[in-house]
Amino acid sequence: MFEVILAIIILTALGLVFGLILAFASAVMAVPVDEKVEALRSALPGANCGACGYSGCDGYAEAMARGEAQPGLCTPGGQDVAEITASILGVESAGVQEKKAQVKCGGCDQYINTKLEYRGIATCAAANQFYGGEPSCSYGCLGYGDCAAACEYGAITVENGLAIINKDLCVGCTKCVSVCPKSIIEMVPGSAKGIVRCSSHDKGAVVRKACSVGCIGCMKCTKVCEYDAIHVSNFLAKIDPEKCVGCGACADSCPTGCINIFGYQPKKQKAAV
Amino acid sequence: MNSTGLFPILIGGLLVNNFVLSQFLGICPFLGVSKKLNSAVGMSLAVIFVMMMATAVTWPIYTFILVPAGLGYLQTVAFILIIASLVQLVEIVLKRYVKPLYNALGIYLPLITTNCAVLGVTILNIDKGYGYLQSLVNTLGAGGGFLLAMVMFAGVRERLETADIPEGLKGLPSTLVAASLVSITFVGFQGLFGL
Repeated sequence: MFEVILAIIILTALGLVFGLILAFASAVMAVPVDEKVEALRSALPGANCGACGYSGCDGYAEAMARGEAQPGLCTPGGQDVAEITASILGVESAGVQEKKAQVKCGGCDQYINTKLEYRGIATCAAANQFYGGEPSCSYGCLGYGDCAAACEYGAITVENGLAIINKDLCVGCTKCVSVCPKSIIEMVPGSAKGIVRCSSHDKGAVVRKACSVGCIGCMKCTKVCEYDAIHVSNFLAKIDPEKCVGCGACADSCPTGCINIFGYQPKKQKAAV
Repeated sequence: MNSTGLFPILIGGLLVNNFVLSQFLGICPFLGVSKKLNSAVGMSLAVIFVMMMATAVTWPIYTFILVPAGLGYLQTVAFILIIASLVQLVEIVLKRYVKPLYNALGIYLPLITTNCAVLGVTILNIDKGYGYLQSLVNTLGAGGGFLLAMVMFAGVRERLETADIPEGLKGLPSTLVAASLVSITFVGFQGLFGL
């Protein structure tokens, strides 16, 4: 009889000790939850799509509560969510800032060199697993159109082995971004004036060998820009959409012509390679 | 007390008695979370972490409380209690002090509470008569073996995604076939170090 009672006592004691530790820990180390975060979080759609640029709806709600993020970055939520979140924060709603997908590669068949001939399953995902696919450039568009297949709005077409996104048809759902095995599709604000059509972080010489329209990281664009809107980091130029005014000076100066200012024809033609 | 050296124990847990592929413990996450390499690694690291914590706590409790009281037969019940509380505690501590890790582990941490690999390793440590250090090394090996199996299988599955598979075998059937093939390869390690 004693053994049975001892077993009950010891197990109860174990449970009690752990229960007390947990109760103590949750009381001492409780994380205060901001009421604003809760309210913002419940106003967001909860799809955790990441279109706002934060890690899901929780991350975006927290960033807004801290004042680091603007309301209206939530594309799926649209105008309604933008207004509700703005009213919770007590600021004027500036409407939804649209984001559009853009392919950061300009290497269609005539510009980009190939390192092998691929005859397998015709999807980008499969081609990418076979030594990174056909292009010599490991950041190059594979051109099998996984993105076009994923797009439900018919905004993406593949021309000469390069995916091209129609800005007017793109709704900013980011499906193509997640499906691209090369991760070369980026969401840019709808108001952006231009984009660098290259994703290669290789050094200039390597880029030159693989492709004639790649960014070689020469920094000419940084020097000519009067608005401090284009910067080279890790051998790749990137336009800051908030500062860019679309004057086209960088596109004129680019030796490989990889900078695309929408609706602007560079004055100097691409240098012979 | 078992007198096996530490290195054979480590290799034993890692390869010869691989938890997933030889002992068939922790099959749930092995099939469920192995679709993407990133999440497979995240899950495995969380499992290693919880396994180490669980061993560090269960071994002393078994040796110094349950055995002297003659209650060795209660180990399963007691261990489940300990592991469940421990995971809760770890979750609270991480949420407070290491928010990025907490976010990275996400749903995996609570899921691990019911992972039989964690309970399995704590009980096997006792059954084999390992000392405290031996138990910890064996746990590290077992966790590492889990990571190895997850990463290997995630690689296989990422290839399967794009393979041309007959309609009837798509999805789970082809995954199970692949899992059995991967586990057959681990038969090759049987008998190494006489384990």
